[in-house]
Amino acid sequence: MRQRLRWDPTACTGHGLCADLLPERIDLDEWGYPVILGDVPPGLARHARRAVRACPALALRLQQADEDHDGGA
Amino acid sequence: MTGPQGDHGSRGRPRARITHRRLTAGWQDATRPASLREHHDRYGPLPAACQQNPLALVDAVAAARLTGRGGAGFPTATKMRAVAGRRGPAVVVANGVESEPASQKDQALLARAPHLVLDGALLAARAVGADSIHVCLDRARDQQAGVMLRAISERQRAGLGEVAMLAHGLPSRYVASEETALIRWLNGGEARPTTVPPRPFERGVGGRPTLVDNVETLAHVALIARYGPDWFGQVGEPGTPGTMLITVSGAVGCPGVYEIGAGSRLGDVLALCDGDSEDGAVLVGGYFGTWHATRDVARLPLSAPGLRDAGASPGAGVIVALPAGRCGLAETARILGFLSRQGAGQCGPCMFGLPAVAGDFAQLADGRPGGDVLERLHRRLGSIAGRGACRHPDGAVRMAASALAAFAPDASAHAAGRPCLEAQ
Repeated sequence: MRQRLRWDPTACTGHGLCADLLPERIDLDEWGYPVILGDVPPGLARHARRAVRACPALALRLQQADEDHDGGA
Repeated sequence: MTGPQGDHGSRGRPRARITHRRLTAGWQDATRPASLREHHDRYGPLPAACQQNPLALVDAVAAARLTGRGGAGFPTATKMRAVAGRRGPAVVVANGVESEPASQKDQALLARAPHLVLDGALLAARAVGADSIHVCLDRARDQQAGVMLRAISERQRAGLGEVAMLAHGLPSRYVASEETALIRWLNGGEARPTTVPPRPFERGVGGRPTLVDNVETLAHVALIARYGPDWFGQVGEPGTPGTMLITVSGAVGCPGVYEIGAGSRLGDVLALCDGDSEDGAVLVGGYFGTWHATRDVARLPLSAPGLRDAGASPGAGVIVALPAGRCGLAETARILGFLSRQGAGQCGPCMFGLPAVAGDFAQLADGRPGGDVLERLHRRLGSIAGRGACRHPDGAVRMAASALAAFAPDASAHAAGRPCLEAQ
């Protein structure tokens, strides 16, 4: 099951630990804020969980790729 | 149904007529807001049927194909159904903050026809099962709050106060009018956007399902309830029925707020305002809109579907004509500077990205580019969109990118250290 990284830009303070721990899926822009490069395959799930836990601002979450409800008004 | 008193029908050739007086009925003689009595003389009382079957209003709004007039253009009935379908009492928020600097149509509407807006809010409240209405205004416009408070107390004295109506003055800030910012503020927080979900219809004011509609949208609802969806569609284009309020400014002889048939051609609108409908450039949709050479868009309808292929949108009905002899890049630099200061300061890509892009544009416009400014700009513009809690950064970079396309020869000249073509 693929998982999706959810980044809360209002919480993020740009520490950049996530990009150190999951460089395969997280890049940093020129100001040090994460750029999510795609969903997380099972092989990277353990690293992704570490990145989520390491975030000092609690700005990163992991969710199932299909529980994405952006519909509505 | 005949419509409001004061829409006298076509005087000139029918094809040439793009202005209408529905929301703006009686505005030509108005020096103050319409009283409740003048409002009822003009439009008649609210039909009793609305009270007996509130959900019939949603069907009428759906049949009228009314879309939101605040900029996003979402179908109004769909939003109403989403709120009506949730459990528990709901809340209605009438958004009259109008923080877009190039737009004045909501201010004009609130200053002349506050009861039309309140009628629409009341009808929407009945339809979605709401027991309170919050009218959100910009606190810097102090006369506006007085007009609204007087209108609300007038209705209470007339026995029309079945749903509680409250007026609020929000801090002046571009992103304060974003719907999640309104809700956060009404809940006692700051007027800054929040991440979604939850969306307002799921959890809004006081955690309750909340309908947020632009004040012009609500005014149209008040007319649809009275005269019906067929009447609504008698003007406008088939895909975009009804009228819309627009604000035209810049290089036109008669700037101001107009009510036009939705989907009127942009060139006809410019001609109406005594502007140039061939030469020059226009910013369509306001500060979050897009720049275009006027001749490229003059034949297109001013509507979301009509402008989609050109990569444009009418936004809240805003057109700014670039004054002759003014550099479009300098104007864009000025707007970007404003937008970069007007963010909520919450999201890094917006907080740092927009000032960086605004600085690049200022350098470019001044003709003192450092390094390869165009390449840097394109890279930065591509890395900011979609990375904020709200659409503020997306709108700003879209506007900036459109300026680079619309003023491409000027951009190359400036990047090579030469003054722009206009200045030569």
